[in-house]
Amino acid sequence: MNAIVQPVKQFKKEQIQHATDDPRWVRYTLISVSLSFILLFLFLPLGLVISKAFASGWQAYWDALSEPDAQAAIRLTVLAAFITVPLNTVFGLASAWAITRFEFPGKSLLTTLIDLPFSVSPVISGVIFVLLFGAQGWFGEWLIAHDIKVIFAVPGIVLATLFVTFPFVARELIPLMQEMGSEEEEAALSLGASGWTTFIKVSLPNIKWALLYGVLLCNARAMGEFGAVSVVSGHIRGITNTLPLHVETSYNEYNSVAAFAGASILAGLAIVTLVLKSFLEWKQGRRL
Amino acid sequence: MPGFGQTLGFTLFYLALVVLIPLSTLIFMSFKLSLSAYIDIITNTRVLAAFRVSFGAALVAAAIASFFGFIIAWVLVRYPFSGKKLVDAFIDLPFALPTAVAGIVMATIFQPSGFLGKLLIDSFGVQVAYRPLGIVVALIFISIPFVVRTVEPVLKEFDSAMEEAASSLGATRLQVFNKIILPNIFPSVLTGFALAFARGVGEYGSVIFIAGNQPYVSEIVPLLIITKLEQYEYEAATAIALTMLLVSFLLLLVINLLNRWMRQRSGQL
Repeated sequence: MNAIVQPVKQFKKEQIQHATDDPRWVRYTLISVSLSFILLFLFLPLGLVISKAFASGWQAYWDALSEPDAQAAIRLTVLAAFITVPLNTVFGLASAWAITRFEFPGKSLLTTLIDLPFSVSPVISGVIFVLLFGAQGWFGEWLIAHDIKVIFAVPGIVLATLFVTFPFVARELIPLMQEMGSEEEEAALSLGASGWTTFIKVSLPNIKWALLYGVLLCNARAMGEFGAVSVVSGHIRGITNTLPLHVETSYNEYNSVAAFAGASILAGLAIVTLVLKSFLEWKQGRRL
Repeated sequence: MPGFGQTLGFTLFYLALVVLIPLSTLIFMSFKLSLSAYIDIITNTRVLAAFRVSFGAALVAAAIASFFGFIIAWVLVRYPFSGKKLVDAFIDLPFALPTAVAGIVMATIFQPSGFLGKLLIDSFGVQVAYRPLGIVVALIFISIPFVVRTVEPVLKEFDSAMEEAASSLGATRLQVFNKIILPNIFPSVLTGFALAFARGVGEYGSVIFIAGNQPYVSEIVPLLIITKLEQYEYEAATAIALTMLLVSFLLLLVINLLNRWMRQRSGQL
């Protein structure tokens, strides 16, 4: 640091304040700027979702969510999350174990590759599956010949969701397990525990909150993904519309109550995610 | 330690199946294109305009988000106030809120008849929605947590002994900020900016509802890719998508370098 400090010419006693304190007016200005910004950008949107969803009353809200297309969209969203989250959780555990417990060449490349889906635009995440399985894609002819539908069907939605939620569990576990080290596990192994027993009884209790957090984020994204799924889904009402796509379709048809009723469920999911995150951070005693 | 073969084997197999093979299709598909055909597609005026819109809006949004994000991080770390826990938890809302929801909400608030849209038109004559400005507003929403969550931990760990030393030697608060705090925090702000920019360039869901999607004016690259795909212009879609992907990788590289710089900076403290 090359802080150039000018000698003080005059020293007035009343100017003394704690060295790291900012003047009162600075503090108040900055706090009000931050709070107005957060109010405008974070709280206002949530309030709007609720007010628009219930704009025509409870009954209309309830009807919008219980009509068959909305029900089908909710079911598909849950189904996609139900398939993708466990798969990516198993992957997260396996990759974290391999990366943090062993030394091997190409490890940092592997870590970078795991994070790759995060830096790919959601739309591109969908496009690649259309290029693979679409009518003019690589496997297009073969799939048509065998009458298998991937794009504009449920498998495509699952694949795209799998891709975009791929890193969530792994990236929560890898730093934590790195930091923890493997001493406890080595102790258990040297006392005769099997690898599996060591994992269940020693590793898992240590990483459970981070694991839960990763699963939570993975699930939130799986249920909320829009761009990638939008490319592969084809927006067939009642069949390939997930809840976010149902929100889009309803909004574009000027069906405000249906759009915001669907949005209210997704916003609720986001809030539950944030509350659970705070809870898990408190349990873990550190920022996740 | 047991399980090396199984876990690494499964990791590589699953990574290849879900990520690497699908992603590499984009590269293999683009081999079908000759270089001149690729350049023709990319330098088409509509495509260039879309790149200008996407990159311009993401750049402006990331810059604005960096400014406010820094202030918010500063306030959260340095000043006590009631409701801080709640505010802190809510910073992550744009991460957690599905982009489609963010999109329809922003469009509804800022459309000419909307709550803020009407206010802005009546008092300043500025229309936000269905203009490039709308894209910027949506991207600011998406960008904020990237900056706050990158700057916050660095600010927390920042040793205030240096500030005290400078103050005791007679530096004013402004001098301390300019010469001590800012140089140390700046790498993290820049990292947050880069993360926000990278996300903003590829963002789709939160943008399309508010953008207006007018070709040459407010059409973003991801939307153009979808349009090409829907018109069965697979080659154009591939070429544009590949360009986007390469730009994302370049940004990823920059972010990693920034991260290293940031760590070195704080390591020196």
